[in-house]
Amino acid sequence: MHLSRTARIALRTGAGLGFAVIYVPLLLVLVDSLSPDRSASWPPRGLTWHWWSVAVHNSGARQALWVSVKAGLGATAIALVLGTLIAFAVARHRFFGRDTVSFVVVLPIALPGIVTGIALNSAFSTVLAPLGVGLGLFTVIVGHATFCIVVVFNNVVARLRRTAASYEEAAMDLGATTFRAFADVTFPLVRSALLAGGLLAFALSFDEIVVTTFTAGPGIETLPIWIFDNMTRPQQAPVVNVVAAVLVLLSVVPIYVAQRLSADTATSSRV
Amino acid sequence: MTTDVRTAAGRRTVRRLAGSLHRRPRLRLTLLLTAPLLWLAVLYLGSLAVLFVSAFWTTNSFTSQVVKVWSTDNFHELFTTPVFRQVILRSVGVALAVTALCALIAFPVAFYTARVARPRWRPLLVVAILTPLWASYLVKVYAWRLILSQGGLADWMLAPFGLSGPGFGLPATVLTLTYLWLPYMILPVHTALEQLPAGLLDASADLGARAGRTFRSVVLPMVLPSVAAGSVFTFSLSLGDYITVQIVGGKTQLIGNLVYSNIELNLPMAAALGTVPVVVIVLYLLAIRRTGALNSL
Repeated sequence: MHLSRTARIALRTGAGLGFAVIYVPLLLVLVDSLSPDRSASWPPRGLTWHWWSVAVHNSGARQALWVSVKAGLGATAIALVLGTLIAFAVARHRFFGRDTVSFVVVLPIALPGIVTGIALNSAFSTVLAPLGVGLGLFTVIVGHATFCIVVVFNNVVARLRRTAASYEEAAMDLGATTFRAFADVTFPLVRSALLAGGLLAFALSFDEIVVTTFTAGPGIETLPIWIFDNMTRPQQAPVVNVVAAVLVLLSVVPIYVAQRLSADTATSSRV
Repeated sequence: MTTDVRTAAGRRTVRRLAGSLHRRPRLRLTLLLTAPLLWLAVLYLGSLAVLFVSAFWTTNSFTSQVVKVWSTDNFHELFTTPVFRQVILRSVGVALAVTALCALIAFPVAFYTARVARPRWRPLLVVAILTPLWASYLVKVYAWRLILSQGGLADWMLAPFGLSGPGFGLPATVLTLTYLWLPYMILPVHTALEQLPAGLLDASADLGARAGRTFRSVVLPMVLPSVAAGSVFTFSLSLGDYITVQIVGGKTQLIGNLVYSNIELNLPMAAALGTVPVVVIVLYLLAIRRTGALNSL
């Protein structure tokens, strides 16, 4: 399509504005964490690292971070196993209900978090409570794993679709057993997709708030919940600013690593 | 010596196991699917099913205890109480507005990143769109709280024009949600535009179509399935949201808030309210699936 000069300039301006809108709020959080004021007003009166040093010693935020990391690791581990199993089933087999399986995998992330949250909450409290298992870190991990499966599944299934099963067949023709072929041929092919999927699953779990609200027991506070609870407290505002700024900076990591690991993830979103 | 014998026997067992696995694809499939299906079907779908069944229960108005007697009272109340109707309509309206805004903003951005920008820059631009997607949801809402708060960036920017920012309320909610879900729309549209064969555009030009006509008759029909795919996220994520509304919405209420405020006092009512977005979204997903848009997610 041949675009006129004006059309090109208009598109360039539009895209530039779009990118500005995408990045200005994130930059604002970074600048605000350096503002000496307790309340957010623009423009800031100066710049200081004071609140960063205050935030480092904030025990509430540190504990919440640690809980988030544990929940993320647990959910990622489960999602890696289950997501990979489904990906192999869907990509390497044809069976009745295959479409339904991929539909059900997407469902936990397509439905509103609050619905998933109260469903899991009432199921846990009716089934697990009589068994003596209360809501706690364990139930948070189970809840998170449920919607993290889809990220692993998508990464692995995309990779499997691009790598033909003939590699494995060739290995077996050469005398390798199913397990040997998997270990020497299939696994190396999907390894980076697994890493990327796992990383994105961790990031997704790390960010979750709604399902966490309904599956966390008393005393289990993840970082998003800590931010949400402290966001409206003027006393805590500077620390919340710093934590938010740290999270903005950290969000570059999963993208960077996933980008290095596999070309699939370049265009794959959370689903 | 004995270890050798044992490993040889072990190897033979592995070989036999592998052989039988290889010969029986059904068995392999069953082994692959059992654990994940148990998790998703029993734990997840099971919980959902129980929740929806409980939408037909009622509560004792004195004790707030759930009474497990089948009735459609909750749904009757849902459709006849003006407040509920208003909130449901408002939520659907917000979701539609957010989707429309996302599509409008996404198109020029995606068109630029996919076809106008130098090819060398394109992967970088995609990363630039992706990065904020992984910035924390709460942090992004928090950023908008900072922008829209009194004396914040919005007020400061509009002050020279004698205006003030929108403050917290319904417009702030729509704005923030649009910001949150925008990457979900840009990415599929970018992918679709990138995959558009250049030959088609040339052919259209050869046949005498100007840019506008090519856009309407060639580009748009081929990109629409991707817009539909992106809209699944913008629509469903907006429909169920209640955190953003709590942070920047002022007194605005959406379905999510109603569900949330009913959980403690009247779980069956909360469940009934929760079915509304679920039904809407499942219908939407099924409709989208027929167009094949889900495969391009």
